[in-house]
Formats: sequence, structure tokens, C-alpha cells
Amino acid sequence: MVTNLIVNFLRALGKPLINFLFSLGDLAFFVGKSIYHCFIPPFYFKLFFKQVLDIGFYSLPVVGLTTLFAGMVIALQTYSGFSGFKAESVIASVVLISVTRELAPVLSALMVAGRIGAAMAAEIGTMRVTEQIDALVTLSTNPFKYLVAPRLWAGIIVLPVLVFIGDIIGIFGGYIVGVYKLGFNPANYITSTFQDLQMIGIVSGLVKAGVFGFIISLMGCYHGYKSKGGAQGVGNATTNAVVSSSILILIFNYLITEMFFSR
Amino acid sequence: MAKDIKIKIRNLSKSFGKKQVLDDVNLDLYKGESLVIIGGSGTGKSVLIKCIQGLLIPDSGSIEIDGVEIIGENTEVIDNMHSKMGMLFQGGALFDSLSVWENVAFDLIQNRGMNRKEAKIVAIKVLRQVGLGSDIADLYPSELSGGMQKRVGLARAVITKPEIIFFDEPTTGLDPIMADVINDLIIESAKDLGATTLTITHDMASARKIADKVAMLYKGKIIWYGTVKELDKTDNPYVKQFIKGSSKGPIKVEK
Repeated sequence: MVTNLIVNFLRALGKPLINFLFSLGDLAFFVGKSIYHCFIPPFYFKLFFKQVLDIGFYSLPVVGLTTLFAGMVIALQTYSGFSGFKAESVIASVVLISVTRELAPVLSALMVAGRIGAAMAAEIGTMRVTEQIDALVTLSTNPFKYLVAPRLWAGIIVLPVLVFIGDIIGIFGGYIVGVYKLGFNPANYITSTFQDLQMIGIVSGLVKAGVFGFIISLMGCYHGYKSKGGAQGVGNATTNAVVSSSILILIFNYLITEMFFSR
Repeated sequence: MAKDIKIKIRNLSKSFGKKQVLDDVNLDLYKGESLVIIGGSGTGKSVLIKCIQGLLIPDSGSIEIDGVEIIGENTEVIDNMHSKMGMLFQGGALFDSLSVWENVAFDLIQNRGMNRKEAKIVAIKVLRQVGLGSDIADLYPSELSGGMQKRVGLARAVITKPEIIFFDEPTTGLDPIMADVINDLIIESAKDLGATTLTITHDMASARKIADKVAMLYKGKIIWYGTVKELDKTDNPYVKQFIKGSSKGPIKVEK
């Protein structure tokens, strides 16, 4: 009776653990294969540019709005929190640091993960369940080269560009609130922004963006590629792609911050 | 008929988890011959065809194509093999991001370095062979009916003049007339190319029409093999039940 209980308990514990390790190995294998095929020709440039357009250009409105309001709200919060100090220069530098180091990369990546990661998983997942991926193979075309590599390259290259634009828009958002709502001197605000401009802040943000772009494309492709079982399977793949890439983005955000800024 | 073996399958086994899907399958496919594998749903027909194409890796056994072993080979050998093969998928499996002619000409453009203009001309020619006009060349697969999608799929499978063509349930989901049109097209294109064909189906009318040889797969084993004529004379109870389409007999539907 008691041993039965223990065995059942261990079984309940062991099965998910084994499944977890199994899918971890599966993912590692997928990542290795994907990276390998990113560097081995043939390269599909047309598909790469299509992805650049999808991930980059069409994400601009979303990223622009997100970072604009993020910059604005930081300016407002800092003013209410730090009023009495030398508000003008403090606000400019707080907006600068928080937008370039954290808000622009993380919020943009999360928005793109929702937009693009989901779309990738749905598209590749549908191709999987309708045998289009098998069809690719029978037409002597490697799905990793044709589907995965262009998306990975586009994610890695485009996200930093998006985030750089987001940096500028976010700082501009802080400027709008600072100058038009709180009545600061525009020239002073701009001067103090540029005084505090640090290379490491911008660069760390762009490195983060590149890593996040890789994570978004990878999770979108992985969950799509492994999806099975019709419409429901594709639905699950979409959810998993967004959830897993969002969590990984937050984890890697911490790790990269630690890498750049901890002494 | 020449008796060269095109595809030689020996002791092929494959299981998913605890379910044994292919159990020690042995099968020879002769050059220029049309083999039809019949069997109920879930008897491993699709898995067998996927193993031959290298889409699934079997647990054990050997598959030789033109005397070359493909199990455990690297992707280069398998890619090389794919250039000899064409496949018509059950649902067509057309790429829905590409137009009809781009689908048909996919292999020509991507792997054989043909320019798009020439490839389009060839694609339209092949589309005409399967009875489709040039007006649909610029449409997208989602704008076509099921029968048209099958024909586009067939055009894509034969455009590179493959030596081996696979048909995965070519008539499933089509009305009887369209099914017969597809059967005729299969026979015609196989004859034109002198190709060896392997078809899996549970449509007996289609099987009788296109088969030289018939094999029946049941519970992962080949339980019967012979010509179409022998099919009607056999006293194998499994085959008899399947041909009659009766729910009574040795084959039990799994619940």
C-alpha cells in the first residue's frame, strides 16, 4: 500500500521530468541544426527580405507607439517622484537610461513576439500539418534553409534596427512630456540628454535586441515545426511560441544586463 | 517486362512509442511497374511511403533504391535520391504562399537554376498536360477546388520527369468522376515518363485501374501480394473483406 503510494508519487514526478528533458534535448537539436543551416548555402535572399519587411517594417507602428508612451510615462513618473531635485537634468537622463537600456528593447521585443512569433508559428505549423514541409523535402529543399534560416537572420538583424528607432522615439516621448507638459526649457532638456548619452547603454540595448530577435524567430519556427494534430495543434504552437519567447526574453534580458553592467 | 528492382525493402520496422506501425515489411518494386498498396486507415501505409522518402527514419531494416541503401545515409545522398522522385500528397500540400505556376515550377527554379520566365513556360505546359488552362497559373492554391489542387500537385510531381512517383491517396475526397480523371492522369503520366509508381489508397476502383501489382498492408505487415487478376481470385479472408468493404470478417475496426 505504502510502496504503491510512493511509486505512484514518483511516477507522477518522473513523467513530466522526463518529458521536460526530452523536449529540452529536442530543442537543443533544433537550435544546432538551425544555426548550422544559417551558414551553409543555398541562401534564400528573397525570403529573407520578405521576413525583414514582415518583422521590421510592419512592426514599426507598434514599436513606435509602445516606446513613445513608455518614454512619456517615465518622464511623468520621474517628475512626480523626484520633484524638488534638479528635475530637468534628472528626468532627461532617467528617460534616456531607462528607454535605451530596458524599455525600448524589452517592450519592443515583447510586442514583436506577440505579432511575429505567433504568425511564424501559425504559418509554419500549418505548413507542417498540411504536409507542405514534407513536400519541401521531397522537392529537394531543406526546410531549415528555406523556412528557418531566413527568419532567424531577419530576426537577428531587424530587431536592433527597430529598437534603435524605438530609442529615438522613446526619448522624444520624454521630451514631449518634459517640454510641453512640465514646461522645461527645450534646449536644456536636449543638452542634458546628450550629456548623459553613453555608448554602453545604447550598445547593450541593441545587443539585447539582437538576442531577442533570435529568440522570437527561433521559438516561432520551433513550435511551428513541431506542431501536430490539425487546427488545435497549430493553435497550441502559436500560444507556446508567444509564451516561451516572452519568458525567454525576460530571462535573457536579466542575463545580458548582468553581463554588461555588473562589476 | 524488365525485372530490375527499383525499390527493395527488407525487414523494415517502425514504431511510435508502444505502437508498432510497420512490422518487418518486405517489398520489391520493379522498374516501370505500378504497385498499389491497399489497407485500412492507420495500417501504416503513409508511414511506409514516408520511410522510403527519408521523411521518417525507420527503427530497423533496409531500403535500397537503384541498389543504393538510403537508411542512415547523409542528407546529400537523400537529396540526390529526391531528385529522382516525385510525390503527390493527399491534400495536395501546395505551398499557399506561392502562385500555382510557382508551385509547379518550384524544383526547376530552386534547385535546377532555371530562370523564372522559362520555368513559367514549362509549368504552363505541364499544367496543360493535366488538363488545366494557363488562366489559373497566376491564381493561388486557396482559390482552386480540391480536384484542381490535386492536378496542380500532380503537375508539380511530374515536372522534373522523375523515375519514381509516389501517390498518397490520390482519389480521396474527390467525386467519382474527378477521381477517375485523376486515375487516368496518373496512368498517362506514368506511361509518358516510364516511371515506377507507388500508390497508397483504400479506393478499390482506383486500385484496380492503376495497379500492375497490389499489396495489402494490415497491422504493419504485408499480408498479401499479387496482380490485380489474382486479387479477385484470392481466398485470403482479409483481402476478400477489404475488397467487399464489409464490416464483418477477420479485420476488426479498432475502437
